[in-house]
Amino acid sequence: MEFLFGNLLDLTWQHVVMWCIGGLLIYLAIAKDMEPTLLLPIGFGTLLVNIPNVDLIQEGGALVSLFNAGIANELFPLILFIGIGAMIDFGPLLSNPKLMIFGAAAQFGIFFTLCAASMFFDINDAASIAVIGAADGPTSIVVAQALGSKYLGAIMVAAYSYMALVPIIQPPIIRMLTTRKERLIRMPYEQKNVTRTTRILFPICITVIAALVAPSAASLIGFLMFGNLIRECGVLNSLSETAQKVLANLVTIFLGLTIAVRMQAAEFLAPDTLLILALGLVAFIFDTAGGVLFAKLLNVFLPKDKKINPMIGAAGISAFPMSGRIVHKMGLKEDPQNFLLMHSIGVNVSGQIASVIAGGLILTFFG
Amino acid sequence: MQFTPSNFIANLGYMGLGLLGIFVVIGIIILVTIALGKVTNRKSGKEA
Repeated sequence: MEFLFGNLLDLTWQHVVMWCIGGLLIYLAIAKDMEPTLLLPIGFGTLLVNIPNVDLIQEGGALVSLFNAGIANELFPLILFIGIGAMIDFGPLLSNPKLMIFGAAAQFGIFFTLCAASMFFDINDAASIAVIGAADGPTSIVVAQALGSKYLGAIMVAAYSYMALVPIIQPPIIRMLTTRKERLIRMPYEQKNVTRTTRILFPICITVIAALVAPSAASLIGFLMFGNLIRECGVLNSLSETAQKVLANLVTIFLGLTIAVRMQAAEFLAPDTLLILALGLVAFIFDTAGGVLFAKLLNVFLPKDKKINPMIGAAGISAFPMSGRIVHKMGLKEDPQNFLLMHSIGVNVSGQIASVIAGGLILTFFG
Repeated sequence: MQFTPSNFIANLGYMGLGLLGIFVVIGIIILVTIALGKVTNRKSGKEA
């Protein structure tokens, strides 16, 4: 009977703990609807790779081959970015481009966490952990892989878990940093015409500008904006649909399952993992705070009738569209006639651009 | 894992550079986007 149950002897308590973690991720994905597109494959992959002696994670095994084909060379997250770019409508941002400044401010958490994490980790790992604050899975993967971080598994779990927890993390921070009077500030929305030419030229210009300044960001920003150009050009509707649905879903399946290669017990079950989860939370908190406080600072210089509702600063993190919707809901809760959605969504999409630029700058510094 | 609190101060320069870099790039993008909007709106106004 040893041929049937011999493998059980190689099972350790660490494997079982990882099964529980994999099970928890699956539970959160299904029962709580927390980022199921990534947490479910990561959770199931975690179960798979923590069964003793499986060939999946041996040299030439299926998951290792997929990892080398798509994660080690950063290809999967870049291809996913084409799909994400095709999903984004930059219209609200293009009708009020000044909102992009809040996307910049809301990346404060990344750089703050870089300093905090450097107290515990070497600089490349600290930088990889800091990019959890980008609230952007593909950027986190590309940066962590390019910097050779050994914590890719923990970083991914932290990034996607906190993205799903944005409705819980952000509101208390926003309320703590704003007064009721500030939350009641109304921001009337003026529908401005955004021409098709602007929509087409925007992704091209962004790519050139960002890549000139931070060449390391060229792949991230280029693939994102390529996806957007496919959407906006108006002559590639089938490609745009394919990018948004089939391509994004296909790559997500492979990405989630393959990331689990770095969820093996020996790598994941370490005190470092808890610290990474804590630092990831710090990054999200300080991102939110950075955006809100920057808006409050601007209000000091703005006339009374042009004040900004500082809550929209919090939407500058890249968790699109959740963060924008949360700010809008918080505004409605304070004043049912205060519609912040177009402003908060504009800031939210700018966060996508700013987070990619932040990732590119991190790669420029340490890559 | 070693706890080195002095690294926080030592790496503040990266924080400053990073934030400066992001604001500069976003600032350029804002200006270009405003210019794009003005030029393309003027053109479509003329054509109309």
